[in-house]
Formats: sequence, structure tokens, C-alpha cells
Amino acid sequence: MIAAVAPRRLRLDRQRVVGGFFVVGGFLLVFAVAPALTTESKRFLFGIGPDAPSWTFVPSTATLWIGGALVLLGAAAVGWRGRIVQAGLVVAGVLSVLMILVAALALSSNRSTNLAPLFVQSLRLGSPIALGALAGLWSERSGVVNIGIEGMMLAGAGIGFVAYALMNGGAGGVPLYLAVLVAVVAGGLFAALHAFLSITLRTDQIVSGVAVNLLAIGLTSFLRSQILVPLNADSATTLPELSIPILSDLPVVGGVFTAKPIFFFTFFAFAVAAFVLVRTRWGLRVRAVGENPHAAETLGIDVIRVRYGAVILGGCIAGLAGAQFSLETVGSFDDLMTNGTGFIALAALIFGKWRPGPVLAGAMFFGFARALGVRIQLLGVEIAGFPLPSQFLQAVPYVVTIVVLAGAIGRAVPPAAIGKPYRRSR
Amino acid sequence: MTQGGHHVLEVDGVTKTFPGVVANRAVSFDLAEGEVHCLLGENGAGKTTLMNIVYGLYRPDEGTIRVRGREVEFSSSADAIAHGIGMVHQHFQLVPTLTVLENVVLGAERVRRGVLELGPARRTLDELMDRYGLPVDPDALVGDLSVGVRQRVELLKALYRDADVLILDEPTAVLTPGEVDEFLGTVRELVDLGKSVVFITHKLREVAQVADRITVLRGGEVVGRTTPAETSEAELAALMVGREVSFAVERTEAHPGEIALEVVDLVVDDDRGHRAVDGCSFAVRAGEIFGIAGVEGNGQRELVEAIAGMRPVVAGEVRVAGRSVVGLDPRRIADLGVGHIPEDRTRHGLIGPFSVADNLVLNRYHEAPYARGLVRDRSAVRRHAEELVETFDIRTPGVDVPVAQLSGGNQQKVVVARELSRPLAVLLVAQPTRGLDVGSIEFIHRRLVEMRDRGTAVLLVSAELDEVLGLADTVGVLYRGRIVASMAAEEADRHRIGLLMATGSEAA
Repeated sequence: MIAAVAPRRLRLDRQRVVGGFFVVGGFLLVFAVAPALTTESKRFLFGIGPDAPSWTFVPSTATLWIGGALVLLGAAAVGWRGRIVQAGLVVAGVLSVLMILVAALALSSNRSTNLAPLFVQSLRLGSPIALGALAGLWSERSGVVNIGIEGMMLAGAGIGFVAYALMNGGAGGVPLYLAVLVAVVAGGLFAALHAFLSITLRTDQIVSGVAVNLLAIGLTSFLRSQILVPLNADSATTLPELSIPILSDLPVVGGVFTAKPIFFFTFFAFAVAAFVLVRTRWGLRVRAVGENPHAAETLGIDVIRVRYGAVILGGCIAGLAGAQFSLETVGSFDDLMTNGTGFIALAALIFGKWRPGPVLAGAMFFGFARALGVRIQLLGVEIAGFPLPSQFLQAVPYVVTIVVLAGAIGRAVPPAAIGKPYRRSR
Repeated sequence: MTQGGHHVLEVDGVTKTFPGVVANRAVSFDLAEGEVHCLLGENGAGKTTLMNIVYGLYRPDEGTIRVRGREVEFSSSADAIAHGIGMVHQHFQLVPTLTVLENVVLGAERVRRGVLELGPARRTLDELMDRYGLPVDPDALVGDLSVGVRQRVELLKALYRDADVLILDEPTAVLTPGEVDEFLGTVRELVDLGKSVVFITHKLREVAQVADRITVLRGGEVVGRTTPAETSEAELAALMVGREVSFAVERTEAHPGEIALEVVDLVVDDDRGHRAVDGCSFAVRAGEIFGIAGVEGNGQRELVEAIAGMRPVVAGEVRVAGRSVVGLDPRRIADLGVGHIPEDRTRHGLIGPFSVADNLVLNRYHEAPYARGLVRDRSAVRRHAEELVETFDIRTPGVDVPVAQLSGGNQQKVVVARELSRPLAVLLVAQPTRGLDVGSIEFIHRRLVEMRDRGTAVLLVSAELDEVLGLADTVGVLYRGRIVASMAAEEADRHRIGLLMATGSEAA
């Protein structure tokens, strides 16, 4: 038999596409962006005061280095494969984010900018996203798609604040904590509705989730116009700030340790979730039910009960995330206050492949993207004398996210039974 | 009664109906302590329904169940488990993303304040593995295990729950000949150690090997009770099907012609990017059936999909009538006269919600006379369908019925009818009779031989060694993505092929 050697075909897979993207981007940086940037030195600060650590750099030179690195890392991803190359792509992603900061500062009239608060701010903005994602994690690991997180959060924010306003008009104290509890219960009730529609009545889970979102929008807006507006309940006292001794005095990172209770609770909730999911009976059952409900049933597990529990627990967490908006941060309630956070939380959930640790990291990454957008706006970036539309730069971190998601993270495999209504055999 | 034991399980006059079907009609059945009782019947005879009732998954409409003489009424499988009944389902009920240990304890977890105590569970599992000779790595993810090992996990699950009545639903369907023998040995061992076993199957050879008693079901009713000593395979088959059955496929000698399909040093990856086909070479001549034997997961699926153009070729060459087809899309390959009966008819062979008629033109709906330009001619499609339903004996209420409503055998006949109703140079056939009853199997086998006699080169891939040995003119053994041996059918005996399938070489 004649051994025919087929030509080696270069297949355009995900890694190569992303690698190519970085190569092209890198060349653009080296040849188009770097010459255009100022050679005047700029400075990143990591704290306040003369002793704070800092990094002084020349934007055009820094851009050359970053561009060069992106070309190399991208080319490696096109030509080779393996863990090291994959890690290189992650590094390229981080460098791209750094490049956004360098460019923003170079194009601003400011000489320096303080990055320490940027990171603190990332965690603050990431916290509600993380709680929302955790809500989705419980529901979806049990096999129930939850696009109603946004609605459950909004219900928590709105109904919690209404309860607060009715109890003492927003003057703080015990009613404030009771109001947080009401928010949690409200989120749980909305989740119970989602559970009833999608588990008991076997409605399509997406449709049920949309129904929950629409109901929450309508109901909270109604309550606001009927109760909050007449009461004139605005600028109420919010949850008090707590400082963790010693840790909050640390340089650079100390700012993270002075924050409000729900913020701290976020991290605690993730630690608990990771433990419960892996080490407890209930967690094991949730995972089993989300992957193969029929197998669970043959072992005598009540699939429907487990799913109800997981969805409602998720709703309670979403309600708490809602309370973070109205009762912890702002001290009032506006229509559509959660502003899409529940949907970004879903993205973080997929980003983190339905696993607690990565989901938390993903949520914080989105928090960083939001914080970065705000910072860029504050810096007043100008190109050739014209202010850059802030929407444009605000979008860049999300573009980078998509590239990193597509390239380095790889395909996320959801729980196998997700989205499928479960019918008990009879 | 055999072995003098009393009855651990008695089913008395059980009837169960589903909308439109009577699955069990007044079925009675009993299991003595320490015996293997085979429940024999074709697909759809009601064996699994009956055992699902015993296991508490279904409730009977009528009739009673007694466990150790006491009447029971189960509302879920948890009740059955509590009465010492364990079931290994035909489609394994395992969670692939959990470890072996997690799968075993699931539903019977030992906990302290809700927190799993896996230490004692692990010790119990170790003991069970030793005692019954069922070694498994407790920390392996079930999704990474082979089917044979998964089956051990299923058994361990039942044993962990202290089951002493074990219901095994078609346990050998997924095993290789060597694994089957080993498994039947395990079953005997379980019985020797005091368990009682209900063994559901439609394979007559196994019945003769393992059964103490046999109950035959047909159309939901008991049609015979016997023991292996009192009966023969032919008699059992006739009971099961309701008429005489011929096992041997009637066929004359092959008259091979030119090479029609040639595969040279083919390399193909699986879905996870691992090498599945690794330097596979063989050739199929016009007018012969080339049968590929092999344990599932040795690259069969990827090989067939690559030839059909459904999966990218990493390296190597595939030629149809001398012409390279690497890189062509499936439709272009089909246009070259390549027919494909895919392994998974519901995923790759049919579109469930579409009508029988539409499914019968899936590969040529865009051509005349089924379409004129952009517009389909529905009456031409219907006429074509009615014709094929007639010639291929497809049992369907009508050609407009969604194909998903047909039984498995008739669905497969739709695929076969579509692929065989045009002139073919090459026919790719993967697991053509999986899950079908004896009657449909006979029909499909005859059709494949007919195609061969008309000069088509047939590539047959099957996990059923009997099927390969019965049909093929040349047998190739696929092991780890490579044809490790190929021989004329006359030289291929079960033992030799089995060894090659298991080890890749003939040296034991």
C-alpha cells in the first residue's frame, strides 16, 4: 500500500484565532499607537502620600514593550499548543488591560493616577455581581436555568427598601436589619415562583425567568410610586461601615478591609458554598440532580425537593444582593436600580464554569471592568484635543473579556441536566 | 423449585398500562433465594417495565408484590432499596461528573450534621470490592471510566445498600465477549455469596450459561416458564418472537470487485481532542462486506464519521473509487455515492419532530423531483415516502407522523430505507441493529447482504461480534484506533477475535 502523506492542514481553532488577534493588536500597538503616544513620563501610584509605591514610565516606550510581548505571546499560541502557551494567552490578556490603563493616562492631561482605590473599587462593584452569580450557581447546579436573577435582585432591593421606609422612614437601627431580612425573603419568594413555574408546572425555564424579571420590574415600580414617593423616602441611613482591625491599616490593600457588611458577607458566602457543594450531603445531591436527575431518583432522592431548595436558596442570595443596592450602598430605591447586574452575574457564572472559586474571580473581573470604565471617564481622556467618548473606552474592558473568555478559558460545559424540566416516572 | 430456597420476591398478577399501550398484563413471577432467574423477551416485551415496578419507579395498576412473603407497596425506589432490592439499569444511572465514591454513597450518605463522612464509606466500599472481586478506583471520575468498569460501579452501588435481590437489566449489552464471560462469572459468584438475581436479557446464549430458571415475556404477558435443561435456544427464540426464527443470515459467496473505499494511515481526533483513530488503514472492495470488530471506544465512531465527512481528518487519506474525499463536506461525499447509516439514529440519522416523509428525503430534499428551484414539491415527497414504507415494511400510522413516534426498529428502517433507496458505491453502517428486536434485525441484515450482492462496498461497524461474524466477508479488528488484524470470515473465530479486541494481539 502506498503511504500518502496528506498536507498538514493548519486548522483555525479558537486558540489560533485569539493568538492571531493578539499578534495583530501587538503590531498595531508597536507601529501605530506607540509613536502617537506622549514621551513625557507618567506615573501609577499605589496609595496616597510620598511613601506610597509607584511606577514611573514613558507611555510610548511602555507601549512598545507591551506590543512586542503581545506579538510574541500571540505568535506562540498560533504556532504551538500546551499549558505554557495557554498561560501566555492569559498573560497577554492581563497586559492588554494594563495597556488600557497606560493609554488612558497617556491621553489624559493628568501626570499620575492612583491605582489602589481602583482595585478597592473593583471589589466593591464586583460584590453584587458575585452574589448574583452565586444565586445562579445554586439554581443552575441543580439543573434549573435562572435568568430571573435580575428580577430577584430587583425585588430584594425594592421590597426591602419599602419595608424599611414603612418601619421607620429610614432612620437606621434594628429596622434596617429587619429590612435586609425582608429583602432576602422577597428574593426567596420570587425564586419560589420561578421554581413553581419551571419545576412543578414544567414551564420552559427561560420563559419562567423572563416572567420573574418582568413581574419584579412592574411590582417594584408600582410599590415605589404608591408608597415610596408619597412617603418621600429618600437618602435614608444605610448599613454602617465596618473596619477589620489591623488588616484595614495595611498599605495599598488596606482599603478593602473597611467596608459594609453585605460586601464582607459575599466572600463568606462563597467559602460556605464551596464547602457545602463538595462536602455536604445536600451539596452532593444538588450536583447529582443537576447532572443526572434520573440517576438520583433511582437512588430514592426527591429531585423536585432538592431543586426547590436550591432555587429558593439562590433567590435569597439574590435578594441580599438587591439589598446591597438600596439598603447598603445608596439609601433609596429607583426603578430598575439593579441595572443589568443580574445578567452580568450570569456571564460571570458561565465565565467561572459554575464553580465557586472561578465564579467569584469572574465576578471580580467584571467589577474591575466597571471600575476601569469609571476611572477612564474621570481621567478625561482626549484624542487630538477632542474628548474620547467615554462609552468607547468603557466598552474596551468588555471586549478584552470576550477575547480572554473565548481564547484562554475555553469551552464551559454546563451541568448536563440544565434547562430540562424533570418528569417523575410513574 | 430450584435450590430449595423460599421466595424472596413474588410478583402476582401485575398489570400496568401507559396511554395507548399495555406494558404488562397479569404478569406473575417469582424469585427464589439464591437463584438466577432470567427474564427473557424482545425489546418492548415489558421486562423493564415489570422490574421498574418492582423497584418502585412505577406503580402497578393491578396486582401485588411480596418481598419475603410480605406484601409491599413502594412509592419510590427508596422504599425498594429499604427492602433490600437493588437494580442495575440498562442505561447506567451514574453521575459522570462525580467520583466513584460519591456515586456509590449518593442517596445513602453517612453524615454528621449534614457533612459527608466519606472515610467510613470508603472502607465499606473497599471491603465490598475485595469480597465480590470488583476492583475500581474510588476517586476516579465516573465519566472517565470505561463501560465495563461503570457497570462494576453500578453493582457496587447496589451492594453498598445491602441489596440481596439484584435486578440486572440487560447488563451485557455494552460489554465485549470477554467481559461478558467475566461478568457472568461475577453473577454466579454473587449468587454463591447469598444474593438472588433477576437477569433481564434477550440474548439466548447468556440465558443458557447463567440461568437457574427462565420466564419468557412477549407483548407484556408471560408466555413460558422453563429451565435451561428443559429447553433449547431455538425453542426459547420461538417463544420470545412468537414464530420460528432463523439466526443465520442467508447469503451466498461474495464476488469482490475493484477497491471502492480505501483508508490510508488515517488519523482522527475525538471530541476532546484526543487521538481516536491513529494510523488506520484498510480497503473495501465492491461487492463485499468489511466488518470491523472492536470494543466500543476504540475509534469506531470517529472512523466512520471521518469517512462520512462529519469529522475533520488530522492526517491520512480516504479515497472513494480512487478519489480523495478528505476535506469534502458530507453532502459532497454523499453525492459521490456514499450512504451512511449512523450509529446514533436519533442524533445523526433522523430529525425526530419531522414527519416520516421528510425524513425519507433528508439527503435529497433539494433535488428534483422533491424540489423545483427553491420550492419543495410535497406531493412528490409523499409519493416517494409511501413507496418506501411499502418496500421496507415500515410500520407507521402514516407518512405524516413525526418519526419520533415510531418504535426504534421502525425508526431504523426509515434510515435504512433512505440510504439504500439510491445507487451506492459505498455504504457505511454503524451499529445497525442496536436496540432492535429480532424481527427487525433479520430484515436489516438481509438488506445489507442485498446491497453487497448488487455491488456496493459495505463497511460494517458493530459492537455485536455475532453480527460482524455473521455478515462480514472480511473481518478487521480495530484496537486503539488501528486495524490490528484482518482476515477472511472463514478464518475468524470468536476466541481469536475476542483476544484481538481485548489486547490488540493474538499472543495471550
